[in-house]
Amino acid sequence: MTLPRLIAQALRPPLTRRPAAPERTEVMALAARLAATGRRAPPEALAVRHIDGGGCGGCAMELAAAQGLAHGLAALGIRFVEDPAAADVLLLTGPVTRNMAPAVARAIERLPPGALVLAVGDCALDGGVFKGSYAVLGGLETLARPDLRLPGCPPAPSRVVDAFATLIAALAQAGAGAGQERG
Amino acid sequence: MAALNGAGLIRACPRAGLGHRLDAATWAELARRPDPPLLALWAEPTTIHAVFLDRGAPLPVSLPLSERRFPALSPMRPGAAAAERMIHDLWGIEAWGGQDGRPLLDHGRWELINPLSPRPLRRDAPGPVPEFRAPPAAGAHRLEYGPIPAAIDGPEHRQLILRGEEVLAAEFRPGYAHRGMLGLMLGKSPRAAARYPARLAADSTLAHSLAFALAAEGAVGVTLPPRALALRALLAELERAASHLWHLSRLAQAAQAPLPAEEALLLREVLLEAAAAAFGRRLPMDLVLPGGLAEDITPEGPARLQGALAAIGREWPRLRRQAERLARRLAGLGRIDPRLVAQVAAGGPPARAAGIDQDLRRLPGYAPYEELEPRCLIEAGGDAAARCALWLAEADDSWRMIRLLVDALPAGPWQVALPAAAGEGLGLVEGPRGPCLAWLRLDGGGLIEAAFLQDPATAQLPLLEAALTAAPLEAAEVVRASLPVPAAGMDL
Repeated sequence: MTLPRLIAQALRPPLTRRPAAPERTEVMALAARLAATGRRAPPEALAVRHIDGGGCGGCAMELAAAQGLAHGLAALGIRFVEDPAAADVLLLTGPVTRNMAPAVARAIERLPPGALVLAVGDCALDGGVFKGSYAVLGGLETLARPDLRLPGCPPAPSRVVDAFATLIAALAQAGAGAGQERG
Repeated sequence: MAALNGAGLIRACPRAGLGHRLDAATWAELARRPDPPLLALWAEPTTIHAVFLDRGAPLPVSLPLSERRFPALSPMRPGAAAAERMIHDLWGIEAWGGQDGRPLLDHGRWELINPLSPRPLRRDAPGPVPEFRAPPAAGAHRLEYGPIPAAIDGPEHRQLILRGEEVLAAEFRPGYAHRGMLGLMLGKSPRAAARYPARLAADSTLAHSLAFALAAEGAVGVTLPPRALALRALLAELERAASHLWHLSRLAQAAQAPLPAEEALLLREVLLEAAAAAFGRRLPMDLVLPGGLAEDITPEGPARLQGALAAIGREWPRLRRQAERLARRLAGLGRIDPRLVAQVAAGGPPARAAGIDQDLRRLPGYAPYEELEPRCLIEAGGDAAARCALWLAEADDSWRMIRLLVDALPAGPWQVALPAAAGEGLGLVEGPRGPCLAWLRLDGGGLIEAAFLQDPATAQLPLLEAALTAAPLEAAEVVRASLPVPAAGMDL
C-alpha cells in the first residue's frame, strides 16, 4: 500500500515537527534525579500506561494527538500499554478525584520496581483549578512522587513530545552513568 | 385542565424568573404524562428546576419545595432517572416514586454528604459504591471492566451482561470524573467561574463556555456587539469541525481503519494549528468569557484560517471517500430506535443520525445563525454508519459557515463590561455532541449563588447502552466510538 499524498506531505515540515533537541542541563539534572531515586527504563522503547484521573479530557486528547503522524510520539519509540505491570512509565493526566483514587492507587501498586511516574497538565501537578474540592484528592503527588512534571492546561502535543525526548535522553545518560560506575 | 397539553399546562402557571413557576398539582400532573419531553432537571436547596422542550424550543420551569422531596418524572420520562439520582447525591432531595434509587455520582468517598445541600455533613467512613443492575436472566454472565479504559481516554466503568457472545444488557457507572464543579463555582464572579464550564468536557470546551457566558449575560441583561457574536460563532464551528474529526478518527481507529484515522487526525491538526495562530491556543480553553471573549482574533488569524480551510478543502474528497468505505462496514451496527431518542430527549448528532430534526442553531433568535443558515442535516439509519456520515456532512457545513464568518467579520468592539447585579440566566448552545446547558443565579453583588451545567452525555448515555445491547460483542468498541459519551461531561 502506498502512503496517500496527504500523509506523505504531512511528513514534511512544517506540519510535522521533530522534537526539539533536549536542553543538556535539563537532561543532566533529570538523569541525576533518576539515578538517585533508582528509576530505570530502556530509553529506546518506553512502554507507557496512561491514566486520566478524572479530568476534562483535554490533556488526554493532546496526548493522543501527540501519537499522530503530525507529532510523532511513536517515532520516539513510545508505545502505550494496558497493564501497568508491563509499563516503564505511568503517565497521569487530570486531577485524582476521590472516586478514581482507589483505581489509580491500584495501578501504581502494580507498576514494576523502578518504573517512572509522570504528571502531565496542571491538574495532574496539584489538582489545578479543582484543588480544594470535596471530590478531589489532588495531583499525582498525593499517591506517588512524580519524576517529571509537565505544566499546561493542556500542554500542547509538541511539549509532550519534547518532554519525552528529554526523558529518553536522561534515561540514556543515567544508564550510561550506571554502566561506567559498574565498569 | 385535562384539555391542555403538557406545554399548555406549564404556560397556564404564573411567569417567574426565566419561565413559569409550577404549583405542586401541575408538577404532579406533568409527572403522570410523557409530554412535554424533558431536556434538563436540577435543583437548588429549596427549588427544583427543569427545562422542558415545546416543539424543540426550551420551556424553563421551577417548583418551590416545602419538603426535601418532589414527585419523580422518571416513571413517564426514563431519561430523567440520571438527573434524579444526581439531585439526591448533590442536594439531598429525593425524587419520590423515582425509577432508580441508587446513587449516581457519589461513590461514598467524597469529604461531604449531599455537598450542595444547605448543611452538608462531613463523611466519617467510606460509603458504598453504586451497584450495577443485577443480571436479568439465568444463564447470563457478567463482564465488568474499568474505570481505567484500555485506550488513552477518560474514566469508564462498564458492565456487559452476556449470554455467550450475545450482549443482553450494557450499563455504565458514572461518577469517576466528578470534580465538584458546581460547588467550586459558588461565590465567584461569572468571569472567575468561567474556568469550570471550560473544563467540563474538553471536546466541547467552547460550547460549554458559550452556554455559561450566555447565562451570565442574560442574568444581567447585556447584549453583545456584532463582532463578539461573529467570533463566537466562528469558534463554535471550529470546535464542531475539530471535534467531529476527532471522533471520526477515534471511530476509524476502533474499526481498525488506520488511513481515515490518521487522515482525520492530520486535518484536525491543520485546523488546530491555524486556530492557535488566530486565537493563541489550540483548544479554545478560556477564550469565550461572560461579556465577550478573552481576546480578539490576531491580525494574521483570518488569513491563517482561510489557508487551513483551503488545505483541508483539497484533502476533503479523499477523507470523504475513505469515510464512506468505513461507513459501509459500519452499516447496521449500534442502531438506535428513534423512539428511544425522543423518549430521553437526546439531541445532537446521535439524534440527527436517527432521523430526528433537532438542532438548537436553527431555532429563532440563536444569533448569529439566522444569517449563516445552518443546513438541516439528517441521516435516517440510526446506526454507526449514519453517525459517521453525519459527522462528515456537519463538518462540511461548518467549513462553509467558517468561510462566511472569516470573510465578513464585523468591525468594532468584541467585549462589553458585565455589571455586578442580581439576576438569573439560562444559556443553551448546540455543542459538537448536542445541547450544552448552563444556568446560574447571581446575588446582588453579582456573585454566583447557584449554578448548573449539563453536557449532552447525560441524555445520550441511555442511547449508548441501548446501542451496545443491539451489537455483537466484538463490535462493542466500534459502537462505543460511534457514540461518544465522555464521563467528564456528565460527572460534573
